[in-house]
Amino acid sequence: MDFNDTAEQAAFRAEIREWLSVNATARQPNQGVQDLGSVFRRAKEWYKKVYDAGYACHTWPKEYGGGGRSQIEAVIWSQEVANYAEPDGYFVIGQGNCGPALMALATEEEKRRLLPRMASAEDVWCQLFSEPGAGSDVAGLRTRAVQADDSDWRINGQKIWTSGAQFSQYGVILCRTDPDVSKYRGLTMFYIDMEQAGVEVRPIVQMDGGQHFNEVYFNDAVVPDSWRLGEVGGGWSAALTVLMNERMAISGVQPNGFSEFLQFCLSAELADGPAIDDPVVRDRLADWYCKDAGLRNANSRMLTAISQGGIPGAEASLGKLVGAAMNQEIANFVLQEIGPEAAVCDEQFAAMQANFQKAILFSPGIRLAGGTDEVMRNIIAEQVLGLPQEPRADKGIPFCDIPTGSSS
Amino acid sequence: MNFEFSADQKFIQQQAREFLSVKCTTQQVRTVLDGGDALDEALWQDVIKLGWTGTTIPESYGGLGLSHLELCVIAEELGRALAPIPLSSSLYLATEILLMAGSEKQKQSWLPRLAGGDVRATVQVPPGGAGRLYPTVQHKDGTLRSESCVVADAGIADFIIVAAEDEEGIGLFLITTDQEAVVISPTTAIDPTRPLFMVALNDATSERVGGAGDGADILGNCIDRAAVLVAFEQVGGASACLDMGREYTTNRYAFGRPVASFQAIKHKLADMFVAIELARSNAYYGAWALSTDAADLTLAAAAARISAGDAYFACSKENIQAHGGMGFTWEFDCHLYYRRAQHLSLLLGGQRYWKNRLVDQIKLNHAA
Ligand SMILES: Cc1cc2nc3c(=O)[nH]c(=O)nc-3n(C[C@H](O)[C@H](O)[C@H](O)COP(=O)(O)OP(=O)(O)OC[C@H]3O[C@@H](n4cnc5c(N)ncnc54)[C@H](O)[C@@H]3O)c2cc1C
Repeated sequence: MDFNDTAEQAAFRAEIREWLSVNATARQPNQGVQDLGSVFRRAKEWYKKVYDAGYACHTWPKEYGGGGRSQIEAVIWSQEVANYAEPDGYFVIGQGNCGPALMALATEEEKRRLLPRMASAEDVWCQLFSEPGAGSDVAGLRTRAVQADDSDWRINGQKIWTSGAQFSQYGVILCRTDPDVSKYRGLTMFYIDMEQAGVEVRPIVQMDGGQHFNEVYFNDAVVPDSWRLGEVGGGWSAALTVLMNERMAISGVQPNGFSEFLQFCLSAELADGPAIDDPVVRDRLADWYCKDAGLRNANSRMLTAISQGGIPGAEASLGKLVGAAMNQEIANFVLQEIGPEAAVCDEQFAAMQANFQKAILFSPGIRLAGGTDEVMRNIIAEQVLGLPQEPRADKGIPFCDIPTGSSS
Repeated sequence: MNFEFSADQKFIQQQAREFLSVKCTTQQVRTVLDGGDALDEALWQDVIKLGWTGTTIPESYGGLGLSHLELCVIAEELGRALAPIPLSSSLYLATEILLMAGSEKQKQSWLPRLAGGDVRATVQVPPGGAGRLYPTVQHKDGTLRSESCVVADAGIADFIIVAAEDEEGIGLFLITTDQEAVVISPTTAIDPTRPLFMVALNDATSERVGGAGDGADILGNCIDRAAVLVAFEQVGGASACLDMGREYTTNRYAFGRPVASFQAIKHKLADMFVAIELARSNAYYGAWALSTDAADLTLAAAAARISAGDAYFACSKENIQAHGGMGFTWEFDCHLYYRRAQHLSLLLGGQRYWKNRLVDQIKLNHAA
């Protein structure tokens, strides 16, 4: 057991520290509001710079635009870049989910053509799984893919909650190719050109006012058969690979709000003295410190297991489940500690550029995206603890005969 | 970075688990519970034969000379098995203080006998709160006075190390229990399988351990170190509760299906798993900090301790809940873990002590 960097890891850390000190933007105390478009453009520029320096997608093979490094080195990068005002994990859906899917299922030629452009963020990718009628139960999706005589596929239907679709050149999409067999067996996965005429993207306004996710409509959108990922009817197991990678990708970068909370505790003056001396604040600080440390250490254990040849299991759900709920609880706690003036959202007046006001409005989404809290608990219960499934109403019958409800 | 125990350490853990699954069944633990014994003497003798009493004592003093990492994996198994023996008092605390602060003469006189099981020892953990310990013993000219205070395992210990105050501050002192001035009386405890005693000192003869005035630091540090080991016991116990809850609810049927197929129960067990994983991960970090004497040992120990205490309480109470009425009976084992969870989490200071210690340390680190 050893927590210190090895000589090689220490050298890598020193190298990137040096590079970041020259190339990355330092954190500024007062960062103004930026519209989504400009944040996105800045992120793309930053990723290109990172890519050109050879620091993009650390764990991918070099021939696909990656760094050919270990998971541990990827973590070292994340730790160091966190000291700067640069986005890390901004293109996590493409690089974290779609990339590994291509790595596992695309041809060698496709990988060499598509992955380096994904690594440099020249191409942005989105994940088109969820539908109005299929979220937690994503295998219940209805978007149809039908193979025409020319062997191309025609896609018709609607996806929803697609993060970043408005900026994407490509998407990985899961479609129903056979409605007459049971739901898990009738699915097929493809990648699709998002800039074609048959694809229409409409941003959805989130409850916090942001517009990160979208509805995406498909009207006879075309996908060549060579863009199929995996077998016809093999979409579900392909999707599980993607979702497993997703949980791993976010388990390390999942924001849990702790570092901002710590900053609050150390700097805030409450009506009756410094926050850090308030017994209630201290009690919560201890609790959340322990959770945050537990998540970091659990992540290190997972990485150790991976570096020793293990595969990440459903344990990766832990970071998502604990971190997302914690984020929301922290935001509420801090606002209640501050009192009436905490209701002001204005960045100029609210403490820490309204971090906690923004967090209270954004955090509900984190508990839903990438699998809800409830679904995470189901996964742990069934896949880690081996508990029996609940009785199901959709087992062993053709997809077209499964009952549906009226809430879209 | 490598965040896993070595193959050898895992092997030791496996051996410990197999040994305890034969020699320390819950039936065995119940013999202590029902018989009112202070320990399972037969198990203790076996543990001595395995050398565990000298795990971290250097070979030159008759111990096994292993690192604290080996002791951590053994501790997890002792916790899982609810072992009714005074290893925490004797090894994690008393032996540790002698190793840290004992004179050469004290080490030579006590360590071989502790390792060989000829003597047992304990430490009086003073009442604690606000991240500090408040000694209640007074020292004058080599003798100690104190009203009755609680000391774990005192009735089965050959000597006790206590923190006492004098003009020079707080110091540590060793007193043997064979003197009349040391009055030890039994008392009842939440967990009768780990006995507590009331100890009064009427001018007891003592010898100093460590220097005058450095007792608070040594004891604080020793308690940090012991907290990591106890956290492993807590993680072991909490895991046993999860296993037990899973087993019972899978085989118990209601409404025509296994109780474990109801989502309320599944989510309960998933939450138990989450609490254990967080605690285990913090305990691992604590183990590393302990074995390397890392600068942030206090933070690491406090985090391990707080999350392990919370996890064991959560798992032991929800295990009772998942068992229904059976869980509330004397006959079922659920309450053994529930009791042990309280015992372990009070043994080295309650959560209030540890939360304060943690936050004080955070403040200190950021002031620097
Ligand atoms: C910010 C954000 C970004 C997203 N980005 C993407 C994206 O890029 N691509 C994409 O494909 N999807 C994306 N999603 C969709 C996300 O994966 C789904 O919202 C999520 O899986 C839940 O599905 P749903 O919204 O249909 O809710 P439902 O499945 O309808 O759930 C409603 C409620 O029922 C509960 N529930 C459902 N099934 C069960 C069960 N078996 N047991 C217990 N409770 C259950 C849920 O937990 C929830 O509380 C995003 C969502 C959000 C909020």
